[in-house]
Amino acid sequence: MATLEIKDLHVSVSTDDGPKEILKGVDLTVKAGETHAIMGPNGSGKSTLSYAVAGHPKYEVTSGSITLDGEDVLAMSVDERARAGLFLAMQYPVEVPGVSTSNFLRTAATAIRGEAPKLRHWVKEVKESMKELDMDPAFAERSVNEGFSGGEKKRHEILQLALLNPKIAILDETDSGLDVDALRVVSEGVNRFKASGEAGVLLITHYTRILRHIAPDFVHVFAGGRIVESGGPELADQLESEGYVKYAGIQEAASAS
Amino acid sequence: MTTAVVVPEASRAEWFTSFDVEAFEQPSGREEIWRFTPMKRLAGLHTGAAATGAASVDVDAPAEVTVETVDRADARLGAGGVPADRVAAQAYSSFTAATVLTVGKEVVASAPTTVTITGPGAGKLAYGHLQIRAERFAEAVVVLDHRGSGVYADNVEFVLDDSAKLTVVSIQDWADDAVHVSAHHAKIGRDARLRHTVVTLGGDVVRVSPTAAFADKGGEVDLSGLYFADAGQHFEHRTFVDHAVPNCTSNVTYKGALQGQDAHTVWIGDVLIRAAAEGTQTYELNRNLLLTDGARADSVPNLEIETGEIAGAGHASATGRFDDEQLFYLQARGIPEDQARRLVVRGFFHELLMKIQVPEVRERLEAAIEAELEAVGA
Repeated sequence: MATLEIKDLHVSVSTDDGPKEILKGVDLTVKAGETHAIMGPNGSGKSTLSYAVAGHPKYEVTSGSITLDGEDVLAMSVDERARAGLFLAMQYPVEVPGVSTSNFLRTAATAIRGEAPKLRHWVKEVKESMKELDMDPAFAERSVNEGFSGGEKKRHEILQLALLNPKIAILDETDSGLDVDALRVVSEGVNRFKASGEAGVLLITHYTRILRHIAPDFVHVFAGGRIVESGGPELADQLESEGYVKYAGIQEAASAS
Repeated sequence: MTTAVVVPEASRAEWFTSFDVEAFEQPSGREEIWRFTPMKRLAGLHTGAAATGAASVDVDAPAEVTVETVDRADARLGAGGVPADRVAAQAYSSFTAATVLTVGKEVVASAPTTVTITGPGAGKLAYGHLQIRAERFAEAVVVLDHRGSGVYADNVEFVLDDSAKLTVVSIQDWADDAVHVSAHHAKIGRDARLRHTVVTLGGDVVRVSPTAAFADKGGEVDLSGLYFADAGQHFEHRTFVDHAVPNCTSNVTYKGALQGQDAHTVWIGDVLIRAAAEGTQTYELNRNLLLTDGARADSVPNLEIETGEIAGAGHASATGRFDDEQLFYLQARGIPEDQARRLVVRGFFHELLMKIQVPEVRERLEAAIEAELEAVGA
C-alpha cells in the first residue's frame, strides 16, 4: 500500500530580494485509501506544497524529506516522480500549442505504464473516460489545453488522473472556477479514482464546497507555511462557519518574518 | 536623457529595381537591407565575384510538365519580377543557362515536380536561374531541393496566369559550408493562388527573399517559412507582398527555432498596400523559439498602408525562450525531459508542417527536425 511521507519540509522560492521561505516545516503522511484535505487562506503556501512534491524547478527544498513508499522523492526528476506514482492536478494547467490532446495522453500513458497501450483498447478507454467526464470527443484533436475554458481544463486534469491511475493524487484547487454541474462531474471522477481503495488523495482547497462531494478522512488547516491544526471532517464544518480568522495571527506572523 | 532620432525608412514602393548589376552600388553592409547580413561570409557575391563553377539542376517532373533549358536571351525570362538588390542583380547578370518549367493551360499536374539543385562544390561559386510558369487554370506542386556545398546566388520566378494554382516548397538543406543568396519573384494573375513555403535547415549563410506581387484582382498568396539554425549559422528570410490591385489576400507565417552559440536568424516581413489596393486582406506572423543561450533572432514586420479601404491588415512577432512551464507540465505526466522538449518543438512547427501537402517532404522535414533536436541533446 502506497504511502507518501512528508517530514519537516522547508521550501523557498527565489525573489528579487533573495530566497523567501514559503514552507516552514510541513509534516504530513498520506496513505493509500485515505483522503486528506488541506485547507487554508490564500498565500498560506498550500500550492507551494503541491508544486514542491511534484518537483517544480522554481521551488527549492532547503530541508526535510519527501518519500513515496520509502523511496526518496527529492532525488527524482519531475518525470521520475510521475512514473513513481505521484500525480498533480494543477490549478492552472499549461497550454501546449500544436500538441494534440490524444497524442499527449498516449505519450503520457506510455511513459507511466512503461509500454504503449494497445491502440484499440486505448481508444476505447479514452472515449469512456471522456464520456464519464461529459467531455466532447472532439477535445482529443485539439491542442493540449489551448482554448479550453477553465472548466474544460479541470475536466482534462481529471481525465489524466483516470488514465494515469497514480498511487497518490494531489488536487490543487481543482474546484476553483467550476460551476455546480462541473464540480459534480469532476468530483465524481475523483470518487471513481478513490473507489479502488488503493490510492491516496490530497485535496488542496480554499473552500469547503468540494468536500460536500468528496468526503475527506482528515482535514488539515494550513497557515503560515505549515499545518497548524489537524482533525476529522468536523474541522471542515468548523472552518465553514468560522472561516480562517482564528489562524490570521499565524499567517501574519509568518509573512512578517 | 537622450532623444532617439528615427530616420523613416524608404517606402517599399520607392525601392530601386534593375536587372543590371552595375545599376546597384556595392553594399557596405550598413544599408538597411544588408545590415543583418554577415557580408564577409558572402564570398564576394555582393562585390562582383565571377562564377568559378556551376550548380547542377536535375528535374523530376510528370510528363505533362514541360522542362526546358534556355539561354539568357529567352524572352520569357524576367516576367516574374525584377531584382531589388545587388546580389540578385549579379545573379541575373551572370547566369548562362536557365531552367524553365511550364504547366500548360488547364493542365493539372499528376504528381509533384522535384527540382534538385546541387551546389557547385566546396570553394566554388555559381549563379543560376529558374522560372516556373503556371498557365491559365493550371495546377501544380513544385519542390525545390537545394543540397551540397559551395556558394550560390540565383533568382527564381513564379509566373501565375489567371486562376492558376501553384504550390512551392523550397528546401535549403545545404552542407555546413554553403552560402546561398536567393531572390524569389512571384507574379500572381487574376484569381490565381500561390502557396509558397521556404524551409531552411542547413548552410553557413542562407538568405532567401521571396517577393509576391499581384498583377490583377482576386489573387491569394500564402508565404510560409520554417527554419532551424544551429551554432554559427545565419539564416535570413525577407518576405515582401506587394498589394497594388484590389481584393487580394495574403498571409505570411514564418517560424524558426535556434540553438547553439551565435545561431542567428533574421525575418523581415514587408507588406505594402498601395492606394489602389482596396479590399485587401493581409496578415503576417513571425515566431522564434530560442532553445539555448547564445542564439539571436531578429524579427521586423513592416506594414505600409496607403488606403483606408481594406478588409483587414495585421502583424505579429514574438521571440521567446523555451517555455519551462510547458516542460514541467509534460514531465509531471511522466514524459521524460528530452521527449517533452521534442513534443513542444514539434508542436511549435505543427501548423506549418501541416501546410506542406507533399507527404514525403513533410516526413523528411519531421525527420530533419528530430535530427536537429538529437544533435543538441535537447
